[in-house]
This record gives sequence, C-alpha cells and structure tokens, in this order.
Amino acid sequence: MRSRRTTRRLAADAGLLVVAAAFVLPLAWVILSSLDTKADLKVKVPDGITLDNYDAVLTPEITFTPLLNSLLLCGGGTLLTVVCAALAAYPLSRFKSRLNRPFMLTILFATSLPITAIMVPVYALFVQVDLIDTMQGTIFFFAASQLPFAIWLMKNFMDGVPKELEEAAWTDGASSFQSLIRIVLPLMGPGVAVVTVFSFVMMWGNFFVPFMLLLTPEQMPASVSINDFFGNKGTVVYGQLAAFSIIYSTPVILLYVLISRRLGGGFALGGAVKG
Amino acid sequence: MTTAPPAGPGDIVKTAPGPSSSHPPSRRKLTGRALSRALPVSPAVILLLLFLAGPIGYCAYIAFTDLQLTGQAESSFVGFDNFRKAFGDEAFLNAVWLTLVFTVVSSLIGQNTIGLALASLMQRASKPVRTLTGAIVITAWVLPEVVAAFLLYAFFRREGTLNAVLDFLHLPSQNWMYTLPILAVSFANVWRGTAFSMLVYSAALNEIPKEITEAAEVDGAGGWRRMWHITLPMIRRSIGTNLMLNTLQTLSVFGLIWVMTRGGPGNRSQTLPLFMYEQAFQKSMIGYGTAVALLLLVVGSLFSLVYMRLLRTEV
Repeated sequence: MRSRRTTRRLAADAGLLVVAAAFVLPLAWVILSSLDTKADLKVKVPDGITLDNYDAVLTPEITFTPLLNSLLLCGGGTLLTVVCAALAAYPLSRFKSRLNRPFMLTILFATSLPITAIMVPVYALFVQVDLIDTMQGTIFFFAASQLPFAIWLMKNFMDGVPKELEEAAWTDGASSFQSLIRIVLPLMGPGVAVVTVFSFVMMWGNFFVPFMLLLTPEQMPASVSINDFFGNKGTVVYGQLAAFSIIYSTPVILLYVLISRRLGGGFALGGAVKG
Repeated sequence: MTTAPPAGPGDIVKTAPGPSSSHPPSRRKLTGRALSRALPVSPAVILLLLFLAGPIGYCAYIAFTDLQLTGQAESSFVGFDNFRKAFGDEAFLNAVWLTLVFTVVSSLIGQNTIGLALASLMQRASKPVRTLTGAIVITAWVLPEVVAAFLLYAFFRREGTLNAVLDFLHLPSQNWMYTLPILAVSFANVWRGTAFSMLVYSAALNEIPKEITEAAEVDGAGGWRRMWHITLPMIRRSIGTNLMLNTLQTLSVFGLIWVMTRGGPGNRSQTLPLFMYEQAFQKSMIGYGTAVALLLLVVGSLFSLVYMRLLRTEV
C-alpha cells in the first residue's frame, strides 16, 4: 500500500514537472533575454550577464512616463472603484430591502459581461461628450467596468462583519456613515485590501481600454506604450523589450503575492478574470 | 442593465418580508430612511448608468444606424441592414468560426482540462513540486495581457523557442504563426488562463471528503473510475461555473491576439473582437462594427445568465 502511494506520488510529480517545464519556457525567455544584450527570440543562456538593457530603458520617455501614467490611471480608477463599492455595499449588506436581490443579480450579471464588446460604442460616446483622450474619462470608464465585481466582493466581505458591534455604536448615537468608516471598514481591512489590489491589478494589465480611449502618446500607460517597442521603431531590441516587460510586470506580481492567500480559494472570486 | 433578468421556472423569487413592526412608521420617516439608504448607493449607480449601461444602450442604438467615423455629418437609421450584411459577409462568418475555434480549443478543452488535470495531480504530488508548478502557472496568469502576448509571440515565432525545442527533439518545425495562427493564439490563451481553472478545481477537490475517495479505493475503483464516478459528479457545479467564466473571458480576448498576430496573416486569426475593431476603425464603419459588438454582447449575456443560474443559491 505504502509503495503504491509513493509510486503514485512520483508519477504525479513527474506529470506536474512536465507541465511546469512547458509553462516556464516563455517566462525563462523574458528573464534571460532581459540580461542579454544579444537576445533574440529563443531561450538561451546569455554569454555574460549584463544590466545594460535595464539601463537603456530606464529613461523618462520609455519607462517613467508610461509607468506614471499607468499609476495615475489605475490609482484613480481604483480609488473611485473602492470608495463607490464600499458605499454601495454598506446598505446592501446591512439593511433589508426588496431591491437588494434584483440589484445584486444585476451586478452579478454585469460582472461577467464581455466589456470588450462595448468599446466601440464607448469610443463613439466619448467623442460626443468630449471625454475622448482624457485621463478622467478613462478613469471613469475603468471604475465603471470594475465596479460590479468590486461591489459583489465588497458586499460578501462586509457580510462577514457581525452586526452587533454596529448596533452598539448606533445606540450611542453614531450615524450609519460613521459606523461604516469607524467600525465596519477597519474590521474588514483585509477584504478592502483584496478589492483594492484586485481592481488595481486588473486595470494595470488592461490594454484595450486605454488603447481605445487615449490618443496622445504622452498620456499612454505602459500597457499600450509597450506596443511601440515593436514594429514601429525599426528593428526590435528584444533584450530591452524583455527588460521593460519585467519592470512593468513586477508591481502586479508583488501585489498578487501580497493578497494571494486570501484569493487562494479561487472561488470567492467568481467573475474574477474577465479580460 | 438596470432590469433584473427574467425569472426562470425554477427560480426562487422571494420578496423580502415587509417591516415587521406593529406600528407602521410615519410616511415621512420612511422616505427619510429610504433616502439615507439609497444615498450611499448612488455614486456607484450613477457611474454604472453613465459609463456602462449608457454605452450598452448606445450600442443597441448605433448598431441599427450607418454611423461612420469620418466624412458624414449625420447617420441614419438603417434597421437590420448591418445584421443582414454581417450574415452575408464572409469575413464575418470567418470571424464567427475562428471565435468558436478559439473558445473551444483554448477555454473548453485547454484551460478547463489542463486546469483539472493539474489540480488533481496536485492532490497527490509532493509539496515542493506542487508549490513550484503552482507558482509558475500562476505567474503566467498574473502577467499583464500584453506582456503575456509578447512572451508567446517569441515562443511561437519561426526563430523562437518552440521550434528550437522541436529541432532539439528532431521533430519537424514550422512557422506556427503562419501555418496555424489560430492555434498559436489559442495555446497562448491556454498558457495565460489555465491558472484560474487550476485554482477553482483545487478548491473544489479540497472540499471532497477524504473518506469517500478512500472508500472507493478500498472497493477497488481505479483512478479513472474514481474520477468519472465520484470526483466529477461531486465538483460539477465548479465545472459549470468555471466553464462559463472561461468562455466569457475568452470571448472578450483582444490584446493577446492583437499583439501576437493583429488578426493575421490575412484574417486567419481574426476573432470577433478584432473583426469588430477592424470594421469600426480601420474601415470607419462604426455602425457595422457596433452591430458585431452587439451580437457579441448578446452571446455574452446568454452565457452570463446561465452562469447566474448556476450561482443562484449564493445570491
């Protein structure tokens, strides 16, 4: 019995390692190429490790401005999303109303709509109301597209905070806004963090929304500017492209690691990965 | 957007019990309370109405017009012309077919099956291997879309890693992005999306009580039989929700394909979102592009409704 179990474990290990090897090749390419000035499209160990590629891309034009734009867009969008979601989730979680269920169902429905499909009409609409090529317009749209999921998640976390603590505060004369700020939100700190990080990560990686709604190159976030590496400027320096890819991806990977334990179950997260 | 979906025959539509106090509160107090409860929801509702429901409504409107990007002062209502045009347009039918291939290969078969296989192997594997594989697969998922697209572009190019590996194994290599572009982008989507299924299925498998599988093992059921007769039926709800979410996500993939192939060569990897973009912007036919978008939205909504039904008890 024991030896059979060991064989089975070894077989499972072998199977996983094969898949892992297949999955790791593209990742190995980006890491190795970023350290290699003579990088091409193949995975290969560089002759000598060098940081020249990083040096070359760490300029205001290539890296800092697009990253700052990303930060403004995603920071603004996330802030708006989290504030609106916390406010909206509160009455949904705390008070009974016959509108709650239809509202939550509508929200759930909206979390899984293919947002990509409405980018063309959004563009047309933004042209008409003069929001095209503006940071604020893009931020508003980012927030709206992330809100359904943020409200859904926030409400579920809020349901986990016992109501008794607030009732005590109410008898002491606190308004429900005060009890939201002073009691509920601090108690669901990790939940708020998950919503914040998740919204931010989603916006940081989003390509299509800024690609459609922003036009001036100076306003482009990293998700779009990275495209310029490619094609437009003659020969592609793959080493620099790889270095930039790593710089641009690092923040979201770190943030994901930060909240991964809470996301771990995967399934509180219904509707999580829409493009 | 603002209306609740219609209740199906099996739906539980309960109205919340009214106020249970024996003294009905005065009307003014009631409106005051209703207002103070509606107020915090209003910023979210306004944003959603203006920037999500608005565009969807607008989408439904301009899909029936001949709106163009340039050179036309006003658009006129053309009824179902755009839709009729679509169904007679070979490029559109090509995009529908490619979207179907892309969705079936990458989401239904690829992400779903590999995700389940990984999750069930992880149940038995040793801890270091489990952690390592998990970390690699999840990194592929967390990477920004465009970065993932570049990595796979490099992987599938003629002078890229895949062919180098095939050469090394003495297998025939070829120019994947040219010969099989839709498969190349589908595999790219598998690479990027499998982690989600893996997480969903790991969570689901962890919830199966050990006694049940052990009992089956004692009764002599082999691995495949246990999978088919015990595991799969017990996680069928997770399978359903996972399939729905994968499909919805895959239907709206744009950046990945755009960066890898621009929909080409020719239009051999042009799925519906890319077709929509080309018609609306490169050919300036916003009305037509939007009609395609509306079809995509309708298909997405149907999947979304099924997904809601699967989750209905949790609302």
